[in-house]
Amino acid sequence: MRRIYLDHAATTPTHPEVVKAMLPYFADSFGNPSSIYSYGQEARGAMEEARIKVAELIGARSEEIIFTSGGTEADNFALKGVVDASEHKGNHIITTSIEHHAVLEVCRFLERRGFEITYLPVNEYGLVDPDDVRKAITDKTILITVMHASNEVGTIEPVEEIGKIAREADVYFHTDAVQTVGHIPVNVDKLGVDLLSISAHKLYGPKGVGALYVRKGTKLVPLMHGGEQEKRRRAGTENVPSIVGLGKAVELAGQEIDKEIEQLAGLRDRLIKGLMERIDHIRLNGHPNKRLPNNINVSVDFVEGESMILNLDLEGICASTGSACSSASLEPSHVLLALGLSPEEAHGSLRFTLGRENTEADVERVLEVLPGIVAKLRTMSPLLKTQK
Amino acid sequence: MPDVWSQYSKKVMDHFQNPRNVGEIENPDGIGHVGNPVCGDIMELYIKVEDGIIVDAKFKTFGCGAAIATSSMVTEIVKGKSIKEALKISNRAVAEALDGLPALKMHCSVLAEEALKSAIEDYLNKSKKQEDSSKSESAS
Ligand code: FES
Repeated sequence: MRRIYLDHAATTPTHPEVVKAMLPYFADSFGNPSSIYSYGQEARGAMEEARIKVAELIGARSEEIIFTSGGTEADNFALKGVVDASEHKGNHIITTSIEHHAVLEVCRFLERRGFEITYLPVNEYGLVDPDDVRKAITDKTILITVMHASNEVGTIEPVEEIGKIAREADVYFHTDAVQTVGHIPVNVDKLGVDLLSISAHKLYGPKGVGALYVRKGTKLVPLMHGGEQEKRRRAGTENVPSIVGLGKAVELAGQEIDKEIEQLAGLRDRLIKGLMERIDHIRLNGHPNKRLPNNINVSVDFVEGESMILNLDLEGICASTGSACSSASLEPSHVLLALGLSPEEAHGSLRFTLGRENTEADVERVLEVLPGIVAKLRTMSPLLKTQK
Repeated sequence: MPDVWSQYSKKVMDHFQNPRNVGEIENPDGIGHVGNPVCGDIMELYIKVEDGIIVDAKFKTFGCGAAIATSSMVTEIVKGKSIKEALKISNRAVAEALDGLPALKMHCSVLAEEALKSAIEDYLNKSKKQEDSSKSESAS
């Protein structure tokens, strides 16, 4: 059976050229970048080249890029690092109710440490109102953190406007750009951010590596203490092969970004339209056009998401859901609830996230099998009858 | 949650893909309607009883793969059982009949047990009422 992978927001396949670029740095140029002999310097050179590439893609300077173990570390570093450096100034952080757990859970942790967190609501499309951000700022606010785009519903947030507000108030501004870097244009000056998180495996790079952009002059206490790597901002021998992989991945992303946007947005719109035509009692979650080119998120009434996903998997199609049944905590997606969906609607949510290797045939295949799956599950659904 | 699915037995997958006894019974002798407090799922179970024996059972379920499979299995097990025997069917027995469930999914089988119990309770209440009314009729 042909496998159709439609869960690129979870992770992407590593591009073959990325793998090729990484290989020499395992056994040949395996040196420690901190060593001064040539082996070490080869590794250092490759790493610095990757740093330049990452900086170029987001309009930053290379010394503003710190490599991390991924998006989660970048988020943790940004939040805890700012808080530890600015504690004397205040204890208030502004964020949103739809952030990734890598931000939300850090906020909850900081709350337990005595910080005050404002979790801003979003509207029915998942958009944060910049005015809410402005109103939430107090003289105790030390950080604003708002994601660039939602990993679940794909809504692209008004980060640029929030950046201006943060700048006026002289408050540090972080954005989790894990879903956007390499997929839509990202420029740190245009967005007005001081900190920005990147993950390699969401843009066809390897897992376990990412980066935090830190605007020059931003005060940050390290998360990892130890050696003097990354200009003493992140201790630990650098993961050279993966960093090289990240560099290659952003290089390719930079070359392919326009093509990718066009390709994926076309497939996205085709899939959304097809689903609306072929399945009744279905609706789109997220914003109709302020939306990632690769994201489709719908709620199908009367049926539960995990059973849809399981049926799709039996047809070789990989997708995801915000249903309570599919999470270890057995709670529905906090993002869908924040958009105002009822637990039942969150239960029936389905997310498809497209990637470069997807074709029109993949979309057609989903449109071919999903209506049948939904119909079958609806014959079993006690909800349908009560609605009649 | 593919890590959980890989723990679904062949039997679970079979009952998930080809659920037995889906639907409603017209004029059932008992209906069980229960909601899962853990994840918010819903199960409905219908039974037909003749001479104290459950002769037919059907279900409708809004829930995960495990919930569908356990609903299907419980309707299979219960057919031909007396009310007394049926009341003894535990969620563990249903899970075992499916060659086990992942730990995270045991709560779904609890829903199946509760749906059955509530259908039987409904039946017992109804027949008690009938008895009462026929008693009062014969007294008058
Ligand atoms: S019914 Fe929700 S996890 Fe099984």
